[in-house]
Amino acid sequence: MQFLQSVIIRVCTTLITLIGVAVIVFFTVRVVPGNPIAMMLPPGATEADVARLTALYGLDKPIPQQFVIWLSGVLHGDFGTSITTKQPVLQLVLSRLPATLELSVMALSIAIVIGGIMALTGTRQRGTKTEAAIDVGNGMALSIPDFLWGLILILAFGVLIPIFHISGRVTPSLALPFTSNFYLTESLLRLRFDLWLDIAAHMFMPALALAIPLAAIIGQLLKQSLKETMHLDYVTLARTKGYGETHVILREALPNAILPTLTLVGVQFTFLIGGTVIIERLFSYEGLGNMAIDAVINRDLPLIQGIVILFAVIFTGVNLLVDLTYAALNPRLRHA
Amino acid sequence: MLDGRSQIKRKLPTRLVLSASWLILLAIAAICAPRIAPFDPLAQDLFLGQLPPFWVQGHEPGYLLGTDSLGRDVLSRILYGARLALTVALIAGSITCIIGATMGLLAGFLRGWVDIVISRAIDIWMAFPPVLFSILLIAVLGPSLTSIIIAIVVIDWTRFARVIRAEAMSQGAMDYVASAQIAGRSRVSTMLTEILPNVLPTITVLLTLEMGIAIIVEAILSFVNLSISTDDPTWGGMIAEGRASIHQTWWVLVFPLITLFLTVLSFSQLGEGLKDRFDPVLR
Repeated sequence: MQFLQSVIIRVCTTLITLIGVAVIVFFTVRVVPGNPIAMMLPPGATEADVARLTALYGLDKPIPQQFVIWLSGVLHGDFGTSITTKQPVLQLVLSRLPATLELSVMALSIAIVIGGIMALTGTRQRGTKTEAAIDVGNGMALSIPDFLWGLILILAFGVLIPIFHISGRVTPSLALPFTSNFYLTESLLRLRFDLWLDIAAHMFMPALALAIPLAAIIGQLLKQSLKETMHLDYVTLARTKGYGETHVILREALPNAILPTLTLVGVQFTFLIGGTVIIERLFSYEGLGNMAIDAVINRDLPLIQGIVILFAVIFTGVNLLVDLTYAALNPRLRHA
Repeated sequence: MLDGRSQIKRKLPTRLVLSASWLILLAIAAICAPRIAPFDPLAQDLFLGQLPPFWVQGHEPGYLLGTDSLGRDVLSRILYGARLALTVALIAGSITCIIGATMGLLAGFLRGWVDIVISRAIDIWMAFPPVLFSILLIAVLGPSLTSIIIAIVVIDWTRFARVIRAEAMSQGAMDYVASAQIAGRSRVSTMLTEILPNVLPTITVLLTLEMGIAIIVEAILSFVNLSISTDDPTWGGMIAEGRASIHQTWWVLVFPLITLFLTVLSFSQLGEGLKDRFDPVLR
């Protein structure tokens, strides 16, 4: 019963957070200088044209009233119409979301693989020069943000040794038989490995740039928990039974050491998604973040609002999921 | 355990010394930029465009790190860019620190409705994608140095508030705080004389880290061309130009990138080094 109660409270605070985000972004966007309507019309448009279009987008009403109209629209799934492209915001945003999701999930997977290998190797080789080297590497990876890693990767694997693509999502000349915007997933499902390879080669550099700082965090924390677990009695017991070191780490220590890392990965995943905005820009990757920056530059108010709200929904959604999973997995919290 | 301790103690000074020296060197270079820069950072000369750095065939004497496509000297632009980067780091870092730490102290020590309001605000802030939020703020405020500083303060105050709130809460539960209260000290006086000195090491570490973050934010904003006026040399602006012409003039990207890399790494290593220094267990 108490578990259910805490779930309800958690869901409510998430909703309050989302409303807060909606209010802040709505009012921030309204004070943007520069009339977006005047920018849409060709030069030579009359005052009357501007006034007519302003009324069409509802921008002539008082701001609080605009907010109420907008919010009731949002609750019906209507996020307004983009000023630059004249298309519904929801449709535009959803068309770009798959690209960003695929990039984020690929980055997360890379981070888990690299971080996991670092932690396991570090534990296996603890007290040696290898572990010290891993620690130094982790420290470096953690100090440098994804934006700089992206630039370094562009130089290293785009210019010096040009083996990966450094801009776009797919080679433009390729014909895409896709019905969804989940290119990477769909190419795999359709068994078009040629396309899959091309798309993956485009995504690898931006995904790696996003993954490096998170990999370092995973590597550090998992290694620390593993090393603590290695001193426990049941691990010693497994060792006296004659199991090898690698078996002991993988089979005995890992399952018990992994929970703190999993919780952290959930929280850090939202930071990674936030990082896609500039990384997509850097790699000219056609995702949500790249569209967001264009929307800001073009003063496309409805589109900016829609994208920020969508990011906020993803962030709070991931956090909610992490908290609930943690509560469900942890009996002490479940009964607290 | 003992081995680990002595190891950290031996490693610490090198890390602190190296990062501090780079930052001091950079600060001196930034202050003296008008005297030591070989050329006017804005001077264009199309006849001297796209010159490579000094060790590459085809360079011009004097242009040590080459020129960009408009013939502007890369070294001079990096030196002038350092002025903006360090100004942003110092001013934005300090203001963020003061506001964020104050919020954290108030929430963590006073608790009650103050804590509820500040914590809810932090939750809302955490739901914003930070880069997008800063770009949006610059679009609203118009590109200028003041706007960059405001954007960084508005976005990053939660970094301080979250950590200091937790620290203030754990300090507030200690006996010495209770005895100060029993001795008749007011809440605010206890907060300033008892809690603040104890969270000061953490604040110092966070401030150092924040300066590095502020420099990155400034670079990102000038990368998307939303920092200060487009003529003024910025590291991010140079990186954007270099990224666009990466196959012709790689040096326009590489040199500002190395400078930015070393600066951000130094701030972060300085912060981590200070953290170890302040940690009573390690000391």
